[in-house]
Amino acid sequence: MLEGYRGKALELLSSLGAEIGDVLQVYNDKVSVRGILMPSYSRDDSVIVLKLDNGYNAGFSVNKVKVSLLEKGNRPQERSEHRELLPGKVKIISTGGTIVSKVEYETGAVRPALSTEEIIRFVPEIQEITSISAEILFSILSENMKPEFWVKIAEAVKRAFDEGSEGVVVAHGTDTMSYTAAALAFSIQRLPGPVVLVGSQRSSDRPSSDSGINLVSSVLLAKEAPFGEVVVNMHGESSDTYTLAHRGVKVRKMHTSRRDAFQSINDHPLAKVLWKERTVKVLRNDYLRRSDGVELNPKFENRVFLLKFYPGLKPDIVDILMSSGYRGIIVEGTGLGHTSSDFQEVFKRVVKEGVFVGMTSQCLFGRVNMNVYQTGRLLQQSGVVPLGDMLPEVALVKLMWALGQTSDLDEVKRIMLTNLVGEFNPRHSLDHFPRWKHE
Amino acid sequence: MSEYEKMGLKVGLEIHQQINTSHKLFCECPTTMDEESQGELERYLRPVASELGQIDVAAFFEWEKGKKVVYEVPRRSSCLVECDEEPPHPMNLDAIKLGLAMTLAFNGEPLDEIFVMRKTVIDGSNTSGFQRTAIVGLGGYIKDADGVITIQTIAIEEDAARKLEETPTSVKYNLDRLGIPLIEISTGPDIRSPEQAKRVALLIGQMLRLTGKVKRGLGTIRQDLNVSIVGGVKTEIKGVQDLDMIPKIIENEANRQRELLRIRDELRARITREDFIKKVVEKDLTELFTSSRSRLIQSELKKGGKVLGLLAPGFKGLLGRQVMPGRRFGTEVSDYVKALAGLGGIFHSDELPNYGIVEEEVQRVAKELGVGELDAFILVVGPEEKVKKAIQVIKERLSQAFEGVPKETRAANEDGTSKFMRPQPGSARMYPETDIPSILSRELLEDAKKMVPPTPEQKLKELMKMGLNEELAKQVLNSPRLDQFEYLTRKYVNVSPTVIATTLENTLKYVKSQGGNIDKISDGDIEAVIASVSQGKITKDSIPQILLEYSAPNSNVGIKSVISRYTGISEEELINLIKEIVAQNSEEVKSKGEKAFSLLMGKVMERVRGRAEGKKVAELIRKVMKDETG
Repeated sequence: MLEGYRGKALELLSSLGAEIGDVLQVYNDKVSVRGILMPSYSRDDSVIVLKLDNGYNAGFSVNKVKVSLLEKGNRPQERSEHRELLPGKVKIISTGGTIVSKVEYETGAVRPALSTEEIIRFVPEIQEITSISAEILFSILSENMKPEFWVKIAEAVKRAFDEGSEGVVVAHGTDTMSYTAAALAFSIQRLPGPVVLVGSQRSSDRPSSDSGINLVSSVLLAKEAPFGEVVVNMHGESSDTYTLAHRGVKVRKMHTSRRDAFQSINDHPLAKVLWKERTVKVLRNDYLRRSDGVELNPKFENRVFLLKFYPGLKPDIVDILMSSGYRGIIVEGTGLGHTSSDFQEVFKRVVKEGVFVGMTSQCLFGRVNMNVYQTGRLLQQSGVVPLGDMLPEVALVKLMWALGQTSDLDEVKRIMLTNLVGEFNPRHSLDHFPRWKHE
Repeated sequence: MSEYEKMGLKVGLEIHQQINTSHKLFCECPTTMDEESQGELERYLRPVASELGQIDVAAFFEWEKGKKVVYEVPRRSSCLVECDEEPPHPMNLDAIKLGLAMTLAFNGEPLDEIFVMRKTVIDGSNTSGFQRTAIVGLGGYIKDADGVITIQTIAIEEDAARKLEETPTSVKYNLDRLGIPLIEISTGPDIRSPEQAKRVALLIGQMLRLTGKVKRGLGTIRQDLNVSIVGGVKTEIKGVQDLDMIPKIIENEANRQRELLRIRDELRARITREDFIKKVVEKDLTELFTSSRSRLIQSELKKGGKVLGLLAPGFKGLLGRQVMPGRRFGTEVSDYVKALAGLGGIFHSDELPNYGIVEEEVQRVAKELGVGELDAFILVVGPEEKVKKAIQVIKERLSQAFEGVPKETRAANEDGTSKFMRPQPGSARMYPETDIPSILSRELLEDAKKMVPPTPEQKLKELMKMGLNEELAKQVLNSPRLDQFEYLTRKYVNVSPTVIATTLENTLKYVKSQGGNIDKISDGDIEAVIASVSQGKITKDSIPQILLEYSAPNSNVGIKSVISRYTGISEEELINLIKEIVAQNSEEVKSKGEKAFSLLMGKVMERVRGRAEGKKVAELIRKVMKDETG
């Protein structure tokens, strides 16, 4: 195996009978060094990559150096996979993402962990909190998440509770974590314990990773929190001091890279977890209590579209969506919930045809109000349903789920406007909006 | 053959020099220190396995479980990258080009493709838990009077955060220094004497300065030394800031290794390692010390601590053996206890009775442990968990004494000695930085060639061609302020290079000798003075006075207002002043005639020193006198 090699370098290495992990010597009139042959992730097909004795990787062009094979290497043994079968009080379901990833010897790339042991070996402290069992459901990057995977995760969560777990931790990539959180929240409305989605913003292959603290806190939360809700539990600030459990239908990734990227929008977090003190501090009392059983209803309709309005957007896009079979549209409108008045006509037409059209705001903060301006009133007359302070992505997932339950438009509308799991917050106070420092 | 040649001394140098790029290695922050904090971050690090599945011994050692790391976040010199809250930006290619230029200057081989690695460092000095580093060139050499010194590697890496304070449970850093590019030049183990090491360090330092692209000042250059003698092992000594200390540190280390080898030989003559391990005894001796007069013991016992004793078979007299000035073999053992068990130190029988421990107690301990004629004992005092750990550490270190010199990384002390810091890291410390794409060097070589520094001989000729005399040219060539000289001469072309060189090399020394505080004189201050000369506002003669006045211990006046006091006076004003003084001294002038000149000259210069040139004043006095006397 000569992973990644091509062209001249591949030709030479093959002729030497060299493989990844073998010790090679490269030399010319100026240098002579030995090193372990590494997989190529080079930009140049004449370059071979060696790990030198001092640990550095270095690239040498075979056009400039001679190469000889010194000795065959010992390829590291893959550890055999062994799954823990005993049910623990907290179950960790791994779906991928950097939270439980490691550096791959083969490519130097970060890959998801493959076994329960690897997860526990990574943060052994979690066993001090409670008994743990784990399941590697799949190993995908969160950007590759799809509604059919939501169904699998929901089923795995139900299985865990059925086996007697008191709480479930779902390790997930952060990019689409809030979509999965909303999907789980709508499809498992009765929960005997917390379902904690957790990820990391610094991959676990680095000493400064947030994954250890996030995972420990999540296990603690899954075991001790009094609620039966789907939450996202991530760093509460840039410092490694505490994590925050955000309601799964009110949370959003608000930064590309910071540890505290996840924030409750139009809402306050449910709990704060102090990992050092090993305590869960519940911040609100209006949470959904743990129920005595699980109720699962994971059906999603994929043909739903999230339409972000912008100046100049042409209404024909709506006709195209309808003719492609789309059954619902969540509009991310401007301000209080507007599109240009050009859209009144087309919305009226598609709603008549049975397509649900709901309005959210691209402001994210605050709620839509389509009575203030004429445009809003006319859009409502066209059949567009204002969706309060629901986040656009949450409304999208909810609509997928609602259309998975029924095709009756009035029933869909009723579901969309019912506050099922806290996706609406009817009261916004001054402190629901963050202020940025300016002086 | 010198003493050190006989010992088989081999020394290699690692020189780390900050590069003066406009921004840091992996972000757009400036490379300047910054005290204005915009808050603090609190973090915890944990070791991770490398790509080969190993955890590095040195990295694991540095890790103190639960140790809190606090970062002060400077407003101007840090961004989310230093906070480890944003992935690194593409690498600063100016730094890579300098690395390639130095590779060419050493006649080495630039790497065809450069890969950034992560070197695990979990003492908190890097927010990420690793230092980003990349080898850019291999091989090459420099010539020293005593022979050729090979260059092994040239690397570009990021500097670490600046440590502010440390307590047993936390450590605090400022992020301003984190990410400043460093060039690391490692020589082969070809240096054979302490003095040669200093020469080589000076030579490499000068080559770096000749590029005009490196920083200067305290803490911008740092040397690590790798020292071994025949029979010893390669010991790394970190953090040597003062070049003049290099020979002393090497001498001390060579002697330390020789003493450790002698201790080994004496030990082996007394007892085998196997017997030592069999006979070593540890005991809880707390009871013996309940009424001890030792303050340390009393205060530890009050807190519930323990006294543990260790019988060290065969070690009598060896723990007290000096291995470095002021440091005994017992001190070496004590350093391990401090670093690995977190205790303040040890007591050993070669230094007792002392420290409040009396002869009677020594006797009782000896009896209790069964100390024989050739045996020693060691006492440790403190919390139970720590003293137990300490006993294990001591046993381990004593049994290493049968092998001679343990492999270790040491930290340089200011007095030229050094102390144990941590075990040496292995290659498991390194794994690839996946956030940075690799760099093909051929795309940068053209630019790099232009940055290759001239040889000292070429540069000396160049300086002399600018009009400097040989002595001054040599001073500039060897000066850390070479880059400043180049900058000022390029920018202020109408000021004589000699004036600039004299200001930098001689005037500053003069100001210091007169009691001025030259730390107060910034590059900007010097530039302001030279700019004023360039604009004709002041004369060159006033430079020493201005700098002296500005840097006077009690002065808090800005450089501009000092300069304004020396702003030159016009010829008309000068003539009027001379006429005035001539009038005041009219009798003298009449009686002495021409001979009154020096008197007048003195009086006038007293009034205008620094504002008018002496030559001009003399000329005008003669003219006025001629006019007056007809």
